[in-house]
Amino acid sequence: MVRMRELVLAGALAFGIAGTAGAAEAPKPPAQSWSFDGIFGTFDRAALQRGYQVYKEVCAGCHALNQIRYRDLGGGTGAAHEPLVGLGFSEAEVKAIAAEYTVMDGPNDDGEMFERPARPADRLRKPFPNEKAARAANNGAYPLDLSLIVDARQDGANYVYALLTGYVDPPPSVQLGEGMHYNAWFAGHQIAMAAPLSDDRVDYADGTKATVSQMAKDVTTFLAWASEPNLEARKALGVKVIAFLIILTGLLYAAKRKVWSSLH
Amino acid sequence: MAKDSAFFSNPTVKWIEHRLPIFSFLDHSLGSQYPTPRNLNYFWNFGSLAGFTLMVMILSGVFLAMNYTPHVDHAFNSVERIMRDVNYGWLIRYIHMNGASMFFIVVFIHIFRGLYFGSYKPPREILWWLGIVILLLMMATAFMGYVLPWGQMSFWGATVITNLFSAIPLVGDKIVTLLWGGFSVDNATLNRFFALHYLLPFVIAGVVVLHIWALHVHGSNNPLGIDTRGPQDTIPFHPYYTIKDAFGLAAFMIFFAFFVFFAPNYLGHPDNYIPANPMVTPAHIVPEWYFLPFYAILRSVTFNILFIDAKLGGVLAMFGSILILFLLPWLDTSRVRSGRFRPVFKVFFWIFVVVCFLLGWVGGQSADASIAGIPLLRIGQFCTFWYFAHFVVILPLLGWFERPRPLPISISQPVLGGGRIALGAAAKPMEKA
Repeated sequence: MVRMRELVLAGALAFGIAGTAGAAEAPKPPAQSWSFDGIFGTFDRAALQRGYQVYKEVCAGCHALNQIRYRDLGGGTGAAHEPLVGLGFSEAEVKAIAAEYTVMDGPNDDGEMFERPARPADRLRKPFPNEKAARAANNGAYPLDLSLIVDARQDGANYVYALLTGYVDPPPSVQLGEGMHYNAWFAGHQIAMAAPLSDDRVDYADGTKATVSQMAKDVTTFLAWASEPNLEARKALGVKVIAFLIILTGLLYAAKRKVWSSLH
Repeated sequence: MAKDSAFFSNPTVKWIEHRLPIFSFLDHSLGSQYPTPRNLNYFWNFGSLAGFTLMVMILSGVFLAMNYTPHVDHAFNSVERIMRDVNYGWLIRYIHMNGASMFFIVVFIHIFRGLYFGSYKPPREILWWLGIVILLLMMATAFMGYVLPWGQMSFWGATVITNLFSAIPLVGDKIVTLLWGGFSVDNATLNRFFALHYLLPFVIAGVVVLHIWALHVHGSNNPLGIDTRGPQDTIPFHPYYTIKDAFGLAAFMIFFAFFVFFAPNYLGHPDNYIPANPMVTPAHIVPEWYFLPFYAILRSVTFNILFIDAKLGGVLAMFGSILILFLLPWLDTSRVRSGRFRPVFKVFFWIFVVVCFLLGWVGGQSADASIAGIPLLRIGQFCTFWYFAHFVVILPLLGWFERPRPLPISISQPVLGGGRIALGAAAKPMEKA
């Protein structure tokens, strides 16, 4: 511990804290246009559902989404008193989605753990029981929980999209480590995850053509929602609050002028 | 204008007033019986804005604490539960998170207003000291609050900052162990930080009471920096400044709400949405923006000074950059309060502001960065040097060498007479109405 402390201090005080040189030099990903951008932004529900399909069929094999429960996929009805917060699946659809999975529960009255079909209140089933198991199955690399991936990365959705579409041939000067892949947007460019998307990797129910960029866009929209399911409620309330405050400020300014007019 | 407590006509109010004179107390504190200079500009709004923000922080914090779990295994997830499952939890947390930044924005403007208009000069030195105590308490509170979500920046920020204390000779390591409650930043650290983060805001509130008490002894300074000379120079706080503060508050809330609703994470760091992991160090550990100038000062001492090694030197410089403010009333040797009448001071004041912004910028960059071939470290060192030189060299000398412009005779004259005619030597003596 003392050694770690000295290391941290030496780094912090003498040289400033920087990681390995180059780790920080990931290029800035280009900005995409997102349905949830801007002060009136909302999630494109069709993109969310397609994105969930990509997550379920491609990502979920390795990546958990532990902050999300099956019920979150449903959300409100879209009525004024019940704003949409989920993907727009109906209650029955959510129950059906959950029932596709089994989860461990218990102990029961006999003290035994048992498996049962998932219910809407359960968290999305993890692909691996723990980090060690995940690493063992992935050549030592740990597939991250994606619940907050968009909030947890500089440039958020733009970065996730760029990463998913950023698998290119490495420049001849680059010597890739064993089991590593070259990605134009990943810090350091060497990433353990192989290119997850290829054309027609999923079969979209709504007939949208499943190109790599389409799937990347959809799953990024889905992950942005997973990072912040209340984004729409936040923006909708914000417009009202700020409109109210602007009127209030105007009234108070008029009142201030009136009160002070007796002084001048 | 003067109304005594007989003014209260409501029998219930009279009954209470006779036993506990709270209504006349309020009236003398923030009401019609508190005479205030008539010429305060909008920079004088920021004191009440700071008070408002403190209350917002305490209230939102209490509600967060009801749903937060201070344990290394649960803290991160309990915050996410607040964000996702608690009714309007996202709103309360974003208000609290951005409220910290708003608090510092408001307080920094409040401090720079004091620096420009000489509000620290006699007879307001203790008022100024109490303000610095509030700033120090705010910094401690903000730092510990940032640790609570137990994200990567929480953990590593806590590690770096608590380690600073190990630079203190002899007892440094003992102090660090005490802060940690163990031998590394761990559950005990999180627990004590939570306890102190809940406690300190109430200590701040207490010092705010003293700050306002000290303020009321001699009243507000004003943009002219001259004393009030009688009723013609003052107006009652209520209704004039209550309505002006209310207007300023509403305008400030628009700014606040913009961040809460449309850019809630803009002022934060994305790494704090990654759960704390003692085994993985983030590429760049940066504090919140309001600490960046101080962080730059800390990092700019990279050399030993006599028997003080670089580590201790950096820590001393960082704390010294705030502690030196305690001496400011004596370092500034000019008798003229307001920068308005100090032509040379005015220039150095704005240079000082630029230096502070530069320090903030340097503090946010990685330490080995450079711009146009100049290492940022050198810019940070120059700005650190200038920061201290401003207080220990420039201000003392300015008081002796600067020729201030003539002061107006009274507040009411330039205000009532219109414009700047009173500033010159040609100003006529004030005619008493």
